[in-house]
Amino acid sequence: MNFTNFGKYILLLKAVFKKPEKTKIYLKAIFQQMNFIGVGSLGLISIISTFIGAVMTLQIAFQMVSDFVPKTIIGSVNRDSSILELSPTISAIVLAGKIGSAISSEIGTMRVTEQIDALEIMGINTPGYLILPKIIAGITMVPMLVIVSMFLSITGGYLGGTLSGAVSAADYMLGITTDFNPYTITVSLVKAFVFGFIITSVPAYEGFYVKGGALEVAQASTRAVVVSCISILACDYIVTQLLL
Amino acid sequence: MIEIKDIHKSFGDNNVLQGISGKFESGITNLIIGGSGSGKTTLLKCMIGLHHPEKGTVEYDGREFTTMTFQERIEIRKEIGMLFQGSALFDSMSVEENIMFPLNMFTEQSRSEKLDRVNFCLKRVNLEGKNKLNPAELSGGMKKRVGIARAIAMNPKYLFCDEPNSGLDPRTAIVIDELIKELTEEYNTTTIVVTHDMNSVMGIGDYILFLHEGKKFWEGSKEEIAHTDVAELNDFVFASRFMKAAKGKF
Repeated sequence: MNFTNFGKYILLLKAVFKKPEKTKIYLKAIFQQMNFIGVGSLGLISIISTFIGAVMTLQIAFQMVSDFVPKTIIGSVNRDSSILELSPTISAIVLAGKIGSAISSEIGTMRVTEQIDALEIMGINTPGYLILPKIIAGITMVPMLVIVSMFLSITGGYLGGTLSGAVSAADYMLGITTDFNPYTITVSLVKAFVFGFIITSVPAYEGFYVKGGALEVAQASTRAVVVSCISILACDYIVTQLLL
Repeated sequence: MIEIKDIHKSFGDNNVLQGISGKFESGITNLIIGGSGSGKTTLLKCMIGLHHPEKGTVEYDGREFTTMTFQERIEIRKEIGMLFQGSALFDSMSVEENIMFPLNMFTEQSRSEKLDRVNFCLKRVNLEGKNKLNPAELSGGMKKRVGIARAIAMNPKYLFCDEPNSGLDPRTAIVIDELIKELTEEYNTTTIVVTHDMNSVMGIGDYILFLHEGKKFWEGSKEEIAHTDVAELNDFVFASRFMKAAKGKF
């Protein structure tokens, strides 16, 4: 994103957060988007998180082969990695692909088929009507998905570790319950909140300013995913630096 | 009545509109005609606020529109109905939801009142009982008619139509034209139709404004258009062999 685009993005957000014309209609749209972003992504996030947790356990066990290192460390490392980094970041990148491209294509198609013009002529604040429900759904549902992801990643680690024999159930359970710092959850949820905002607002921006036809909508969709992923990783670093 | 004065609009070095003025009365069908790239759609978009003219004014019954803020424009926009070239129906909504949308947004009517209005509008465009269909299930002509039904849902004072019969067969195109004319006369709306279809021009053109290369070249009625000596207009109106052959009979 160059500075012109960033400026346009900020101006779009300013228009997004204007007072809604009719709260009831916005609420309905918010719940629809929550269903799409939250419930619609639950399966994907569950599968990815479980496998990542399982693989993490196996890799930690492989790297920690030493009599001087207790086996309980496998659970601890898996827990902290999942909570602090893997669950929020991997979930966000996967969601940027799934939700970001959908948002960008939806709004972009509305733009090129004059549906946004039709809304504007009716006197509707189109950025607010089209984007605000998506952002609110994103900042509420992505943290919830991340909580589910944390739980499943740690559970996946348990299953992967015990089924392969890399770690015993007792060692793993002891590991995940030892020296737990609840602040890591706070950091993770702050990340999830920021990522939820990026995943919805960046693709919405890309779609909103599409000009042309089907090809440009597809290009905007690709750009939305790329810019979202880069923004997620940059913000991941910034939030980690600020909070840890 | 809508009055435009000295409208200028350019995109980069391309001066699309160069000082267009005109007066569009209510109760008659006003047509903006011209060849492709003559600036007619740009003029329409300047009039409804989708483009911002660099110079000139647009007045809706004496209310200056161009200098208004977004918030101030909302009151006028509630009085505007618009039929788009591609109909611009909301894909995610059924026919009923499309027509009900402006009512949901801007009125406090009960559901049954809104449904009555939807059914009335659908009846008016001869699409009774098509409430639950999705836009993807409609033919081109039906989409246009749903677009008109949505445009008239709020009882607009001003009706804009951007090439309402493009892509339609000649019979359906005439049906749409006649529907627009009927609605205009019935509700005394100020109707502005952008078109390059000569059937529309000769059929419903009560007042015609001809644009050529971003300038107003001619204005008049459908009766006058056949007898004009403006070369650019004659080239446009009588471009086809059929129209050339029919010229002497007007």
